[in-house]
Amino acid sequence: MRFLNRSVGRLSRHRRRPFAGVVLLLVALALTGGLYAVFSPASSAQSDQTQAEKVAKGRALFLVSCSTCHGQNGEGLKAQDGKLLGPSLIGVGAAAVDFQVGTGRMPMAQPGAQVQKKRPTFEQDDIDALAAYVASLGAGPAVPEKNQYDPSTYSSDKAKEEAVTLGGQIFLTNCTACHNFTGEGGAMPRGGYAPKLLDTDPKYIYEAMLTGPQSMDTFSDGNISPQEKKAVIAYVESMKKQPGYGGFSLGGLGPVSEGLFAWVVGLGVLVGFAVWIAAHTTRSTKKKKGLEA
Amino acid sequence: MTEVHDGSHEIEAHTDALLPDPGLPEHHWRPTDVDPRAEKRAERQVATFFGLSAVFTVLFVVFYITLKTGVDGPTFLGWGASNLALGGTLGGALLFIGIGVIQWARKLMADVEMVELRHPASSSGEDRSMTVAALQAGLEESGIGRRPLIRNTLIGSVALLGVPAVVLLKDLGPTNKDVTAAADYPGAGLEHTVWRSQMRVVRDVIGTPIRPGDLEIGDLVNAEPEIIFGKDKGMPVAEDDVLEGAPLQVAKSKAATVLLRMDPDDIVSDVTRNWSVQGIVAYSKICTHVGCPISLNERTTHHLLCPCHQSTFDLADGGKVIFGPAGRHLPQLPLGVDDEGFLIALGDYPEPVGPSYWERNTHSLQDVYDNYTKTSGEETGQ
Amino acid sequence: MSVDTSKVASSNGGNAATASKPTRLGALATWSDERLGLAAMGKKNLRKIFPDHWSFMLGEIALWSFVVLLLSGIFLTLWFKPSMSELSYQGPYAPLRGVEMSEAYSSALHLSFEVRGGLLMRQMHHWSAMLFISAMMIHLLRVFFTGAHRKPRELNWVIGSLLLLLGTLEGFTGYSLPDDLLSGTGVRAADGFMKSIPIVGTYISFFLFGGEFPGDSIIPRLYTIHVLLIPGLLLALIAAHMLLLVYHKHTQWPGPGRAENNVVGFPMLPVYAAKAGGFFFITFGVTALMGGLLSINAVWKYGPYDPTKVTAGSQPDWYMGWPDGALRIMPGWESHFWGSTWSWNIFLPVIVLPGLLFTVLLLLPFLESWITGDKREHHLLQRPRNAPTRTATMVALMTLYSMFWLAGGNDLIAIKLHSSINNITYALRALVFVAPVIAFYVTRRWCISLQRHDNETLLHGYETGIIMRSAEGAYSEKHLPIDEARAFAMTVRDRGPAGEDDELKANGKPTLRSRIRTLYYEDDVQKPTTEELEEAHAHAEHDAHAVATLEGHPADGHQFDGHRLTEDEPLRGDH
Repeated sequence: MRFLNRSVGRLSRHRRRPFAGVVLLLVALALTGGLYAVFSPASSAQSDQTQAEKVAKGRALFLVSCSTCHGQNGEGLKAQDGKLLGPSLIGVGAAAVDFQVGTGRMPMAQPGAQVQKKRPTFEQDDIDALAAYVASLGAGPAVPEKNQYDPSTYSSDKAKEEAVTLGGQIFLTNCTACHNFTGEGGAMPRGGYAPKLLDTDPKYIYEAMLTGPQSMDTFSDGNISPQEKKAVIAYVESMKKQPGYGGFSLGGLGPVSEGLFAWVVGLGVLVGFAVWIAAHTTRSTKKKKGLEA
Repeated sequence: MTEVHDGSHEIEAHTDALLPDPGLPEHHWRPTDVDPRAEKRAERQVATFFGLSAVFTVLFVVFYITLKTGVDGPTFLGWGASNLALGGTLGGALLFIGIGVIQWARKLMADVEMVELRHPASSSGEDRSMTVAALQAGLEESGIGRRPLIRNTLIGSVALLGVPAVVLLKDLGPTNKDVTAAADYPGAGLEHTVWRSQMRVVRDVIGTPIRPGDLEIGDLVNAEPEIIFGKDKGMPVAEDDVLEGAPLQVAKSKAATVLLRMDPDDIVSDVTRNWSVQGIVAYSKICTHVGCPISLNERTTHHLLCPCHQSTFDLADGGKVIFGPAGRHLPQLPLGVDDEGFLIALGDYPEPVGPSYWERNTHSLQDVYDNYTKTSGEETGQ
Repeated sequence: MSVDTSKVASSNGGNAATASKPTRLGALATWSDERLGLAAMGKKNLRKIFPDHWSFMLGEIALWSFVVLLLSGIFLTLWFKPSMSELSYQGPYAPLRGVEMSEAYSSALHLSFEVRGGLLMRQMHHWSAMLFISAMMIHLLRVFFTGAHRKPRELNWVIGSLLLLLGTLEGFTGYSLPDDLLSGTGVRAADGFMKSIPIVGTYISFFLFGGEFPGDSIIPRLYTIHVLLIPGLLLALIAAHMLLLVYHKHTQWPGPGRAENNVVGFPMLPVYAAKAGGFFFITFGVTALMGGLLSINAVWKYGPYDPTKVTAGSQPDWYMGWPDGALRIMPGWESHFWGSTWSWNIFLPVIVLPGLLFTVLLLLPFLESWITGDKREHHLLQRPRNAPTRTATMVALMTLYSMFWLAGGNDLIAIKLHSSINNITYALRALVFVAPVIAFYVTRRWCISLQRHDNETLLHGYETGIIMRSAEGAYSEKHLPIDEARAFAMTVRDRGPAGEDDELKANGKPTLRSRIRTLYYEDDVQKPTTEELEEAHAHAEHDAHAVATLEGHPADGHQFDGHRLTEDEPLRGDH
């Protein structure tokens, strides 16, 4: 219920905007979907679901939570002014659904420059069902298997090390331009940004490359092969584990934060010392003996 | 402090004295001046600082010997232990000496304020006239004023000595005479890159050629001409075209390209459409502002942003500048497909890539296109 | 102005010096004096007086940082290889093993990972470079705000400005050396800057790079510039800066016993030698701690320079940030005529603008003395409020600088504030023009208000915070006169324009200079006249009489003002 209260509070600030009605409806639907997901008997783990049951359940969830923007059959919807409410989902594949819903980006809470990451609304079972339903709309990339993205599944340390080197070069060529050399992320036009990669799950990194969420380019299997994708993930994971050889990393933002620290910490401390050096010490009311001072 | 200087030559006091100068205030002694116990305490305190410094120095040596440095060295709180320990102990050793010395000065060294008189910065009138006289005598005796022939030839010959200094720097620059024309390596000169007709477009780093069908709409590829990877990747590259060292770096710095596949209906400019293959467009990756490589693309808008100074180009519209400090559109590479179905360039970039330079003969996109179709039409006889 | 010479101490020692047997030290002194004649110089300088104030030590931070730079830099040269020949990395840092890189980058990795203490030295070198330049800048600000750039110190201002310029170039050449992705991107941008210069730009670029960018000459050439050419110039200029400081003697704040023709403080030996020497160790120590604790320029994460790669957040070090910011907010103006391209969008912000602002900086003392017509020597400092136009000018320049600096980080501001980089850029385009004007106006009025406040304090005393109720029931706050030392310090300042008025032009109109001078001094609040002061004091005495019974009582207001020692006056008396 806290989630509900917070969302409503956030919404009220936008109430005067023309969007407000649409958004309110959207969120209400999203929440209903969420509640449905929680109380639906289907979500109690039933591993022996058939594919058809999964799709049916996904369809039910989709109608409640997604169809307002993406249309009854995932064909995408436009608002009256011609603006895209939600893009068509035909052919985006299960991987896109797993990424968007699994990272909490969908269902979307509010329109803005960029869809925000937040706590996922659905359980993994429901996400799988939704993914199965969207995949049934048209062929698209499937959710990757663990051995496709998890760098711990390399056969040997040597293989992993080679993958890290290759992945590093691919990363520096294709990814750092937006996500920064440390994976800290960076600014994009008109308020957009490339998100931080360092707390992203390997599976979602893989899916993001595969499907190109929001404004991100796609790196489909014809562009960067699955092995190469895994190598990139191996590099990012090794960066996460890399100790700070030189000490505190200052947020990994490079020269700007370094300059800030030089001024505030370095110069601040040194000027503090200068004040101390020039400050007058305590004085006594007594006179020195034997001196006429 | 008594300084002797001539009385006629003093700094003037130039403000009207509104109030009388009360003079230096009475000196108050410090506890360490009047209380022997406080003095002893301060003495011990200073010595303790010096002692602590010595301890840190010893620790520095200990850490230097015991802690392994580098990638597989120990870590502390996720930080490299060697760097942390060496920096911490060296810093401590230095800081404690500094603090000790200053504490010594503050507590124990005499601290009665003293007064010193100032001279004006100028010399006294007497000194000045003597100097002028000496200078004149020297010049007079040399006869430099009376013998203009000697003076002028000397000035002339010394000035000429500047020429060797400049001439000697000549070879700093390129040895080739014409810097903008083709030189002794492929793609030399600011007007050219190593791209040429029929050269395959390959993925950067990986070095594999690309078929249009490999890419989906929204795919972005950082690409290079195959000559960059050449024999490494088993490509048919002539012996003359093997690039190494500086020519390789020069080639890379100009030939870098971004490929983007978009919905063909999204393409706005006719030029862009004519140079594309199934919605795949290729642009120079080198910003036309100051030359940073750019590949921050927004898939939904086809806007390419430069991370250095935020120039933004519209890839659907001939690489037109839509924001930021760049002054020119991004050059587009005409694409085609070869017999084996791989993406190729139809020629070099039709205009120089990278930042502007003074000699650059800049034309509008349409002029560039017309000029290109004219010359390529002549070559292939179409 | 007379100096109370009765208070002039000639020695700090309690006892008179007595002749004693020659000591070893004495013997050494004699030996060297017989060959070098040092005694004449030592006599004057060993006990030279330096005034004590924390703000006089800001330049010292820069000086000591420079020494740290020399020491750590020498260490780095022992391992660093300024070569651009390509090799395949085989060192211990796994993510780059087998990657092609220049020997320079590989030796930077070797220094960071295989030389014990090498990473510490690299980081200390980089931190102290940043401290060196930032300390020079705040030293410059202190000098200007207090009027220490006036005659006879204008040339030292020029030398100091050159040091700032050279320090910046030294920093740029230094951080370009490791040949990592970030610094290489910076060098590439510098290539673009050079090419934007009309007519000669392309040639300059080709001469510097020995051909087309990047070539294989730039790192060795930058190395020579970084370790030999600029440090040599810096050393020579620092020596000149210090010699002039010793010759002019340090400026001092006005106060009792301090006048234009003296300097009051502590002798070089031992007090100042100890304080300055101690400060060297402290600067060195703080730099070492920063090098140990705070990561800076982790080159292994950037990877080797490759002209096809780039990273988000490509920024130069902070002191190069402001031209970079100017470049970012400049509209994309470029003209083409007669087959040539004129890149105003690059040439104006990174070549013309820094040159222009640096020229303004160099000329500031000369401009000021031309405007004021003041040709006298100045050794007493001014409070910033007492030169409102000057203070406001520098604040406006600082504001301009910070707007450009903010623009240099516009992408990071956009992320951290969740706003649009486009809007930030548009806003800054306006702010670089508007903000300095606002800053100038606000600062100037602020200074004038403070001057007015000073006069109030002089005439009517300070506010004690004690509220009095009169017999009639009216409330008033009690004011007490400030002590004579403070009053004296506040009145040591010029009244009105310092120089003589210009004669009028032939047509009877004021000259340009006299019009600027009028603006310069406009609305300045002059210190009170003797009559005003006497009248106010008479008034105050009358008031004081009325409340004389309170003297020594806690309500007399002296307990907390620090204006006199109150150790023997308990807050709650025995009344």
